[in-house]
Amino acid sequence: MAMMDTSAAEIRQLFVGGQASAREITHSCLEVIRQRDGNIKAFLHVDEAGALDQARLVDEKRARGEALGQLAGVPVALKDVLCVRGQPTTCGSKILASFTPPYDAHVVARLRQADAILVGKTNMDEFAMGSSTENSAYHTTRNPWDLERTPGGSSGGSAAAVAAGEVPLAIGSDTGGSIRQPAGLCGIVGMKPSYGRVSRFGLIAYGSSLDQIGPFARNIADAALLLACVAGHDARDSTSVERAVPAYAQMSEQPLRPLTIGVPREFFGAGLDGEVEKAVRAALEVYQGLGATIRDVSLPHTRFAVAAYYLVATAEASSNLARYDGGHFGRRATMFDNLIDMYCRSRGEGFGAEVKRRIMLGTHVLSSGYRDAYYVKALKVRRLIKQDFDEVFNNCDVIIGPTSPTPAFKLGEKVGDPLAMYLSDVYTISANLAGLPGISIPCGFTGSGLPIGLQILAAPFEEQKLLQVARMFERETDWHDRRPG
Amino acid sequence: MSLDVEQIRWIAHLARLELADDEIDGLARDLNAIVSYMDQLQQLNTDGIEPLAHPLDVKNVFREDVPASSLAVDEALASAPDRRGNYFGVPAVLD
Amino acid sequence: MTWSESISYRTVIGLEVHVQLLTRTKLFCGCSTTFGQPPNSATCPVCLGLPGALPVMNRRAFDLAVKAALALNCRVAGFTKWDRKNYFYPDLPKNYQISQYDLPFSEEGWLEIDAGQGPRRIGLIRVHLEEDAGKLLHDENGGGQASRVDLNRAGTPLLEIVSKPEVASPEETRAYLEEIRLLLRELGVSDCEMQEGSLRCDANINLHIPQADGSVAATPIVEVKNLNSVAAVERAMRYETQRQFEQFQKDGKKWGEPGVHKATAGWDENSRTTRIQRRKEEAADYRYFPEPDLVPVTVSAARVDEVRAELGELPAAQRARLPAQYGLSAYDAGVLTRQGRAFVAYFEEAARLCGDAKETANWLANDVLQALNESKQAIRYFPISAAGLADLIGEIKATGLNKQRSREVFAEMLAGCPSAKQAMDKLGIKVIADRDQLADIVRRAIAANPTAVADFKKGKTKAADAIKGAVMRETKGMARTELVQEILLEELHRAGSDADRG
Repeated sequence: MAMMDTSAAEIRQLFVGGQASAREITHSCLEVIRQRDGNIKAFLHVDEAGALDQARLVDEKRARGEALGQLAGVPVALKDVLCVRGQPTTCGSKILASFTPPYDAHVVARLRQADAILVGKTNMDEFAMGSSTENSAYHTTRNPWDLERTPGGSSGGSAAAVAAGEVPLAIGSDTGGSIRQPAGLCGIVGMKPSYGRVSRFGLIAYGSSLDQIGPFARNIADAALLLACVAGHDARDSTSVERAVPAYAQMSEQPLRPLTIGVPREFFGAGLDGEVEKAVRAALEVYQGLGATIRDVSLPHTRFAVAAYYLVATAEASSNLARYDGGHFGRRATMFDNLIDMYCRSRGEGFGAEVKRRIMLGTHVLSSGYRDAYYVKALKVRRLIKQDFDEVFNNCDVIIGPTSPTPAFKLGEKVGDPLAMYLSDVYTISANLAGLPGISIPCGFTGSGLPIGLQILAAPFEEQKLLQVARMFERETDWHDRRPG
Repeated sequence: MSLDVEQIRWIAHLARLELADDEIDGLARDLNAIVSYMDQLQQLNTDGIEPLAHPLDVKNVFREDVPASSLAVDEALASAPDRRGNYFGVPAVLD
Repeated sequence: MTWSESISYRTVIGLEVHVQLLTRTKLFCGCSTTFGQPPNSATCPVCLGLPGALPVMNRRAFDLAVKAALALNCRVAGFTKWDRKNYFYPDLPKNYQISQYDLPFSEEGWLEIDAGQGPRRIGLIRVHLEEDAGKLLHDENGGGQASRVDLNRAGTPLLEIVSKPEVASPEETRAYLEEIRLLLRELGVSDCEMQEGSLRCDANINLHIPQADGSVAATPIVEVKNLNSVAAVERAMRYETQRQFEQFQKDGKKWGEPGVHKATAGWDENSRTTRIQRRKEEAADYRYFPEPDLVPVTVSAARVDEVRAELGELPAAQRARLPAQYGLSAYDAGVLTRQGRAFVAYFEEAARLCGDAKETANWLANDVLQALNESKQAIRYFPISAAGLADLIGEIKATGLNKQRSREVFAEMLAGCPSAKQAMDKLGIKVIADRDQLADIVRRAIAANPTAVADFKKGKTKAADAIKGAVMRETKGMARTELVQEILLEELHRAGSDADRG
């Protein structure tokens, strides 16, 4: 059966209704991956055996007449930042080339419980540091809409796999936009939940106070379905919040009325591509047509967000990545003189240029004499940024703007200029600093056929509002139905 | 505040990163560009603003003192680059 | 008196003590903290520091920490958080230690010690909670090329207690450690076994030496490590005091002068010397920042009151109360208190029942303690109950049974005999208290020991003891001692005057 355009909800229906077995679905999915991934290179590792094993178990479950999970029979791809017991988990880095975790991430366990079929691990920027997936130590993933261009990053593999129809659903992680930006550049739906909504247990950390796990899908209903499966409290993550998980899929069908949309003027300044701006303005008109009130608002500290973000994220990363030292797991250098030399060489050889750059930056900004001027200063700015949002959400349900300032850029275009790469995260990173949920949905195409993403942000733990508002737009438009050729 | 090569080497030592000479030059250039961009934060008056280290306002999260299963020794040591018996082997630590 | 003791100077010692908390599981994961498990068998992704694993705070560890801090008279903060202390070391799998930096959960306390010169308070700077590291073993077979790491200990909850530099002598160092051990054991906070590493101590020491010009010179501070017993700490402090004094006479180097740095020294118990370790050329830069994987903890004033109320009477209070209430010497009160609360409770029960606290304290401090030490038992498993000991003391007073025979009775009770009377019956002890019968035996003994009588008459009153010994032998120790003494003196005087008449 051909299922590359079938939604997750439909696949589950086909399976539950007996029209397709999990085995057939899985074979079909693996076949599409075989056909398409040679060009796209979304996957780092396809787990055929594991996927077929899981399919067999789910088929048996159905045969026994047992209750079936929310994602029964649905193939899901995982960004290689999540630990899967006994499976390669590289985080896009050479330093973890031979690492197989002895445990499943919380999200992975949840997906297994939901009877999903885990088909493999997708490519990413090394340790989720990057905006183009070019920082993977393994290979470069291509944008299904234009193979010369980046799918975005750091979850570029997951976004590309979903956009290319290789899988209906994928999991990503978002520390500064790493779900929303690739979703936008690949023309699909990608959501970063509120900080604390999804357990980070088993997510390989980059910036621990910023990292969140979230779904990629081709439509809102599927994104809601996947979010509902992975959201909720986990006692193994102290920062996972004890709050009931709303019935996202059902709620997203309910339009939000009345609806007040804040449009921050800072999101429409210099650097914003004209075609992107036009598409976003057009989307706002769609909302206006649906009766929404559009309000011009200000997030005055936005221009400091990139600086604050890269200080906080790299400081945390410099500590989070200290454990990759060749000591207890992972790759150890073969030649060294002594213990310190072993550490330095293992890390010098095992990490790529961007990871080294961020470790260096993070180490510097925490070091004696610089900590207050950089790290502590950034935390103060972080509070100001959060206060900006609090202020706006007093009067607005959601904030809407572009996901990224430009559509997908060419592979290699920004590799030599790290700062330019950082600045491409300008609209997404504030949400991570403030812990807000955000979603990117397709809102149009450039003249050359590249997708454009619309970012919607809401107050913490108002994911259902995001889904409702996104679904209102999706119902009125057909951008999400377009597929790369 | 610009970083010279000596500082780059010191940071690399703190971070336990071996860097080739050409890497150091590249890093000096990149880090100085990034740090000077970061320096724009200094324009902002943040007197009296409390640092915000974490977006969540959650406190007092505990687990009970109840044993959970540990890994089997072979699992614990499975990824060790240098397993020595039931220990992790590392280059000699000299005090 | 040694040369250095002849000049007056002040010893200044600050102690940094780490104690492992008595939890069943580690600080951030469910792995067991039991000592002596096979290497790396009590580990999981969290304490191995594997990618993706996250810490969750052990409630009991935090509760025990608060209890300890209150017992140490610290101010418990209403808000506390955890920080990462970043440094690379193979026993620290994450290469950062989760510890506390600028907002420890408690600060500013004191510990009352008594090193034999009356009670004195040692100030405490702070008490904080952190995770322990694993253990490193140097590989004997690898030709010195490798070390082995056991991560069972990694993540064990650790309390760090930092004193002000107010400990003034090696003896006070010992008293300080013994007091911490007593206090924390009594509260069930830690078992404080230095041999097993559940209590560890580093000591910063220097001397303040008055100079001829009236100024005071401070010697360079040395941090002494590798102290594996209380006795070793005391010895090391004594050695280091002497060494620093002699070194100062030689080179005159003072703390605070350019080029004078804090040195780290290891104590070598075999040679009983400190060995200065090479000074690290670099200053440590731990790059502390708030641990983003844990959330802060708040402690209400009500909770502090609740925990404080549960502490009960602490050793310092007991040491003050026992002399006041029972008329014991400070020394005896110290001996009893040092054995812990159950021992003091036993004392108070027995003293109440027999009505003689001083005698009760004597029995406890000598015979009972000795028996406990021999059997390595705790007082609550001691075969003689407080009522039993009170019974014995009462019986001894009533019968005047001598010390040696009393001990036999005690031993019989220790072996399970339920009362002093039954024990005496079993041993065939029947105290002879009949005056005529005893006088008869005394007279016969005097007749049989003319030399002793002669000596006595020459004024050697001690000679009477030989006759008394003969009487006790004759009566198998069952004669009532003070009656024998009384009769003997009467009879000797009479014998003397008879002889004069004769």
